[in-house]
Amino acid sequence: MRRVYLDNASTTKVDEEVLNAILPYLKEEYGNPSSIYSIGRNAKKAIEDAREKIAKVLNAEPTEIFFTGSGSESCNMAVRGIANSYKDRGNHIITSKIEHPAVLETCKALEKDGFQITYIPVNEEGIIDLDGLREAITNETILITIMYANNEIGTLQPIKEIGEIARKHNIFFHTDAVQAFGTIKIDVKGLGIDLLSLSGHKLYAPKGVGALYLRKGIKLKKVLTGGHQERDKRAGTENVTGIVGLGKATELAYENIESTNKKIQELREYYISEVVKRIPHIKVNGDLEKRLPGNSNISFRYIEGESLLLNLDIKGICASSGSACTSGSLDPSHVLLALGLSHEIAHGSLRVTIGKDNTKEDIDYLLDNLEEVVQRLRNMSPLYNG
Amino acid sequence: MYSDKVIDHYSNPRNVGEIENASGIGQVGNPVCGDIMKMYIKVEEDIIKDATFKTFGCGAAIATSSVATEIIKGKTIEEALKLTNKEVVDELEGLPSAKVHCSVLAEEAIREAIADYYRKQGEKSEAEIKEICGLKDEKECPHCDLENSGDE
Repeated sequence: MRRVYLDNASTTKVDEEVLNAILPYLKEEYGNPSSIYSIGRNAKKAIEDAREKIAKVLNAEPTEIFFTGSGSESCNMAVRGIANSYKDRGNHIITSKIEHPAVLETCKALEKDGFQITYIPVNEEGIIDLDGLREAITNETILITIMYANNEIGTLQPIKEIGEIARKHNIFFHTDAVQAFGTIKIDVKGLGIDLLSLSGHKLYAPKGVGALYLRKGIKLKKVLTGGHQERDKRAGTENVTGIVGLGKATELAYENIESTNKKIQELREYYISEVVKRIPHIKVNGDLEKRLPGNSNISFRYIEGESLLLNLDIKGICASSGSACTSGSLDPSHVLLALGLSHEIAHGSLRVTIGKDNTKEDIDYLLDNLEEVVQRLRNMSPLYNG
Repeated sequence: MYSDKVIDHYSNPRNVGEIENASGIGQVGNPVCGDIMKMYIKVEEDIIKDATFKTFGCGAAIATSSVATEIIKGKTIEEALKLTNKEVVDELEGLPSAKVHCSVLAEEAIREAIADYYRKQGEKSEAEIKEICGLKDEKECPHCDLENSGDE
């Protein structure tokens, strides 16, 4: 059966060139990077090469990049690390209502430890309220943590403005850039970012590797204790293959960034315009301009997202939804609810995220099947009187 | 993970639709929670000759509706009222624990449809109907105490 993968915000297929870059570190250069003999040193060198590649695209120093096991781990290191290292300065953290659970749940955990957290709302398009952010700042505020781009609706936040506000008030600024890294050009120095989290498997590197940018001069208490890897910021033998893959994937992503984005965005625009033309009773969620090129999020009224996904899966199409049944919780997506969407509309959302390997044929295949499946489910729905 | 039987039922649901001049219609659930089931029955001489459904909900909600209508077709009212959600789950070769409430909804939708049938017959008091059909004042909605806003 044909498989059409349109869930690239969830994860991506490892790029062939990335895979080839990794293989020697599984086969020949399998040494522990902390070992002094040659295959250990070679592994160590490969890690440092990857570090340089990531530092370069971020306009950072290699010594400001720390490898981790995932984007979530990077976010934990950043948010918990700042909270624990600077709690004598204050106990207030500002975040947004639409963060990924990696940040949201970490903030909630800190709240139980006595930190005060402000969750800034977003407007209907999913952009945070900058005035709300300014007003939320107190003398106790030590950290602003706002995501670069949202994972569900792809909305890009005003990072430069947030960086300026943070700088002006002498507050640390962390951004979860897991969705943006590899797709958006990010200059941490120019944007006033102090800490940035990223993940490999969103940009055609393997799962199980992430990184944290930590501006020079900032203290960060270790979360994972043990050995002295990663300049004593993160214990554990380095995931050499993952790191090599992340380095290669970063290089490739930024080499071709303009052409890839252009192609992906054209497909996205084609998809949305065709859905609008062919399927009635829909709502396009999120901002159409300030948005990741590959992201689309559309609610189909009168039907529920999980059954939509299951029926698309029968056709070999992989996508995702913000319905409660797919979120693993009892409520639909907190992001869609934060936009002011009703539960009913949030339950019927479909996220299609286009990647570099998708084609127009993929989108046409999706559109034909989507039209049919939506109609079939609506005919089955007691809410629909078509 | 869904069983093959659940996959079969949400891929090819049986008895989808409405029954014109149905003997009884029962609706349970809430769009806020993401599932609504509406069951239609045609009763002749105390036997459920036909049963259909319309469901807004996840794969499990569709599969439980589908299999429940299959089970009660051809049964007497009395037999249909004995149907438990566990039988629905067993018939589907199991449901993930988070989805068991869908089978409860299916059982309740059938009870509501039969209660509606009795009301239309006009021979029993509401108290009797409640008793016979085992209607609860609180409908199954284990995870949701929100009001339906009625918004689109």
